Amino acid sequence: MSNVNRKNDAPVRPPMGGPGRGPRAFGPRKPINKKTVIRLLGYLKPYWPRLLLVMGCIIISAVASVSSATFLGRIIDNHITPMLRQAAAGESVSYGGLAVTILQMAGLYVLAICASYFQMRIMAVVSHSVLKGIRNQMFEHMQSLPIRYFDTNTHGAVMSYYTNDTDTLRQMVSQTLPQVVSSAISIVVVFISMLVCSVWLTLLVLLCAFAMMKVTAKIGGKSAGFFVNQQKSLAGLNGYIEEMINGQKVVKVFNHEDEAKEEFDRRNDELCHNATSANKFANILGPVNNNLGHIEYVLLAIVGGAMAIGGVTNLSLTGGLNVLTLGAIASFLTLSRNFMQPINQVAQQINFVAMALAGAERIFGLLDEKPETDEGYVTLVNVREEGENLIETAEKTGIWAWKHLHGDGTLTYKKLEGDVVLEEVDFAYEEGKPVLHDISLYAKPGQKVAFVGATGAGKTTITNLINRFYDIADGKIRYDGININKIRKADLRRSLGVVLQDVNLFTGTVMENIRYGKLDATDEECIAAAKLANAHDFITRLPEGYNTLLTGDGSGLSQGQRQLISIARAAVADPPVMILDEATSSIDTRTEALVQRGMDSLMHGRTVFVIAHRLSTVQNSDVIMVLDHGRIIERGNHEQLIAQKGQYYQLYTGAFELE
Amino acid sequence: MIKRLVQCIGKYKKHTIATPLFMVGEVAMEVMIPMLMATLIDRGIEAGNMRYIWITGGLLLAAAFISLYFGVMGGRMAATAGSGFARNLRHKMYYNIQNFSFSNIDKYSTSSIITRLTTDVTNVQNSFQMIIRMAVRAPMMLLFSVVMALSINAKMSMIFLACLPVLAGGLYLIMTRTHPIFRRVFKTYDKLNNVVQENLRGVRVVKSFVRGDYEVDKFNGISQSIYDDFTKAEKNLALNSPLMMACIYVCTLLISWLGAKMIIASGNNPDIGMTTGQLMTLITYVIQILSSLMMVSFIFVMLTMSRASAQRIVEILDEKTDIETPENAVTEVKDGSVDFENVRFSYAARSEKDCLSDIDLHIPSGATVGILGGTGSGKSTLVQLIPRLYDPTFGSVKVGGVDTRKYDLVALRDSVAMVLQKNELFSGTIKDNLRWGNQEATDEELIEACRLAQADGFIRDFPDGYDTWIEQGGTNVSGGQKQRLCIARALLKKPKILILDDSTSAVDTRTDALIREGFRSYIPETTKIIIAQRVASVMDADVIIVLENGAVADCGTHEELLGRCDIYREVYESQTKGGEENE
Repeated sequence: MSNVNRKNDAPVRPPMGGPGRGPRAFGPRKPINKKTVIRLLGYLKPYWPRLLLVMGCIIISAVASVSSATFLGRIIDNHITPMLRQAAAGESVSYGGLAVTILQMAGLYVLAICASYFQMRIMAVVSHSVLKGIRNQMFEHMQSLPIRYFDTNTHGAVMSYYTNDTDTLRQMVSQTLPQVVSSAISIVVVFISMLVCSVWLTLLVLLCAFAMMKVTAKIGGKSAGFFVNQQKSLAGLNGYIEEMINGQKVVKVFNHEDEAKEEFDRRNDELCHNATSANKFANILGPVNNNLGHIEYVLLAIVGGAMAIGGVTNLSLTGGLNVLTLGAIASFLTLSRNFMQPINQVAQQINFVAMALAGAERIFGLLDEKPETDEGYVTLVNVREEGENLIETAEKTGIWAWKHLHGDGTLTYKKLEGDVVLEEVDFAYEEGKPVLHDISLYAKPGQKVAFVGATGAGKTTITNLINRFYDIADGKIRYDGININKIRKADLRRSLGVVLQDVNLFTGTVMENIRYGKLDATDEECIAAAKLANAHDFITRLPEGYNTLLTGDGSGLSQGQRQLISIARAAVADPPVMILDEATSSIDTRTEALVQRGMDSLMHGRTVFVIAHRLSTVQNSDVIMVLDHGRIIERGNHEQLIAQKGQYYQLYTGAFELE
Repeated sequence: MIKRLVQCIGKYKKHTIATPLFMVGEVAMEVMIPMLMATLIDRGIEAGNMRYIWITGGLLLAAAFISLYFGVMGGRMAATAGSGFARNLRHKMYYNIQNFSFSNIDKYSTSSIITRLTTDVTNVQNSFQMIIRMAVRAPMMLLFSVVMALSINAKMSMIFLACLPVLAGGLYLIMTRTHPIFRRVFKTYDKLNNVVQENLRGVRVVKSFVRGDYEVDKFNGISQSIYDDFTKAEKNLALNSPLMMACIYVCTLLISWLGAKMIIASGNNPDIGMTTGQLMTLITYVIQILSSLMMVSFIFVMLTMSRASAQRIVEILDEKTDIETPENAVTEVKDGSVDFENVRFSYAARSEKDCLSDIDLHIPSGATVGILGGTGSGKSTLVQLIPRLYDPTFGSVKVGGVDTRKYDLVALRDSVAMVLQKNELFSGTIKDNLRWGNQEATDEELIEACRLAQADGFIRDFPDGYDTWIEQGGTNVSGGQKQRLCIARALLKKPKILILDDSTSAVDTRTDALIREGFRSYIPETTKIIIAQRVASVMDADVIIVLENGAVADCGTHEELLGRCDIYREVYESQTKGGEENE
């Protein structure tokens, strides 16, 4: 089961809410947010030429379907009826005209079929390109977020953004959008045709359409609200499953299955309730609108019939004032059906839109999280030594230097050595609750500096400050004499090798996991690092040696083996400064001694920070800092501290006076 | 597979059956309404008969309201059935997962389980709802329309009947081509989820090694392959709609042409040929037939997309746990004695190398046992056999003199408390987390357990004390604090056997000693099995077992081992004077 790799000595944050507290990105539900729509449409912009093409295809399809609706009427009126008259009169009947009309229609149909095919194909590409873009952007942005974001958001809920929320977006982009466009075009075409027929009746249709929209807004609004809730409970359930499945072994050990089921059922039922309500409203929207259409039809027939029979003057767009004919009413009725249909279709999409927008809002919430700030401008570059001077070079020399552009425009190079200085550093995770007070220390290249202290004394916090996972409140940290705030974070971190107590491995082979430390390392380098970390032996005994696939955070390995791999991973990076935070806590002391010997030879002449509870791990350090409640209370090497007979002495002897 | 899914409908069977019935009603009305409309035009408006318009209009309104009722009811039933079905699926899957043994759990990645429980279920839910609404509706529509069409003109109807095999063949081709792609896509989705999850959990590693770009590349690669597969599948599906349109259009045109000829040949006489009115109705029905076919094809598309999901769901439902409570299980653990008899164990059946071999150990109730051994020597594996997290491949493990395989699992695990090496705290307050050990524990009991585990002190230092909120995975407490909370949680079970799998590695030696001291004085009857790296943690044990490569290298008391066991002596010396040695 995977563990989380986070700050170890962090203080406890006060409770910020009850159980079921979701990530902060969930705001209160807002009605369809215009900004979200506009932002979402922005993602379509790069594809405008293709979308234009799609638009063309849709217009062709719409025209074909509208003319298809009137096609039969036209052949009956223009061809069959006259031909019948001819036949009745005994004249010879020519099918030529009819054939031409049918062939024309066939041509239009072929066009429409092609258009429909291309529209689907293009939309498949466009919608998935958009989704891919959004996904990639999300992930890229997530990489830039500060540690704090990961500390405070449920992993499962964040994962839900990538799957459930992008899925609803896909539905909207690939189905709803074309549907809305095609419906809009149909509506316009039919509307004009209706006006041509009769203005009065058109007004009546509009009135009905308005009623339909009102109903849609009412039912659809309800349904949309529940759909948004549904996605929200889905994300919540996702988070719960993620946490529980990760802790499944603990669940088993504690016979906690029933409680895990209970809470799951509660959330599952909540989701079911929201889904049921959402779908209920969504499902009745179709029949309701459909039958409203029927009612409108009857109304129209009655009013139209009365008008025609009563001889009321009709107003038509082209013919001006005239008398409404019975034939005109018949075709108007067909038209009105063709008018209502697309409106109904668009209404059906409203749920998808609401759902997708809610998802989009969550996604944008992630994208709007403030990234880690980095005002650093000092960078790490490869250099070549020419006498006293350091010359920047693109080739890999193995010698690194800090490239420092000063305020006065001068450029200096400072060789990377691994000299770390903390001067009167204060730090608090939360304002008013300081964790470190007045920490000063000097670590010269080649020195091994150890931190010892009770849990919660602030040991890990110090290392979290050196690699700038968090920024200090007061004081200064200098790396090779440069204030680390001036160093670009990526370069600073590249110059530090960190091995954490909680190991996180990635899906991939053992070799790939070691190579994570240095992507261009050869197999030999990786194996050498594994040997150094004393991991070689057990790796070769794995079923496929270095090619053994690790999954689920290396779930097949023991904790100690995972630590050995993570040490090898750091060793292959070969950094000037190494931070070992309880790196060997799960490794037996015999193996640890071997690992240490290996590390000592690797880190010869370099700076090492060691954090450990086990005093045997830190005994041979050049300087040992004893921390207590965020203050350094003793410092010196092992012998000096023993001689001091202070806290260290007590710790050291305390372990053995039990005999 | 389908049978398996149908079983999950459960108490929503009523709704599932009612939905199609309501749909039949709606279809009947929908077939009637066009006929009424046609007569309204023909005999009412064209004839200028206002009375007829009123009557037919009234009938139409009545039909509309009936149809509305059926439609609304059907929709509501379908929603309940669909969501309920999904609920049951998730419920059954999750319950089965709770039955999973450790080896079942090892088989699935967390991300894959999550996708199955959410995305896959949603897919199946959508198709299910679609099917119960459309599966009856579409064929009924088809049937009604075909009958009506045949009754108007049997010969002409042949045209669209000829279209059917073409359509069916085309649809079949599309389905068979897309299904494997969808199946692949979902696997890729698992991978994508996995990368996201690993990055969320391992963010510190990613940032420390400045591997953001590398991870982004990895993610983009997977994202790209999802894109490739999805577009490929959808390009195939894109053929679906043109195919339908082609059929409808070809039929319409042919019927118009042949119909026209027939009308003229017969002189608009229904007895020898057909009339214009009949032609219009015929075309209406043709469109209705083909659009119900369109619905059928749409159902097929949904099925294709959800088949892959359904298979993944059934995989979870069908996963048989390999560790179950036997019949007539023993429900009481007599005492805390543990016996390993010729135990051999390997994680995978096919693996040649055993993780444990020939383990023969007898631990009396109430003893304190230390286990020491190199990394990967099988210490954790050994103790995981005691609460029957895995079954031995060979030999038997007895607790309280009874084979673990004969126990009721709950009873066994209630008596054996284990603090796992990789332990988890869950989001909730400290109290919530502690109560995992015992739901009914009083505050006093909680405090008592925490005192024993040396956790009371730091908990009280928190501003909110025992109500302090723990973040997911316990990230806002330190490693040592987490371990002590986990020990307290295990103590609350008041177990007969307490196993600590390297559970004090992040605790300082003095606290560690205090914890063990507490064990000795407060829970003397409990068998304590302690895996540790520190000799100091085990040297006062009644017996210390030294493991080496999955076998017992030696066991005895501290003094005995110091005298005769090289491995032990070496470990001991490296810890007591390691400092001087390395200087």
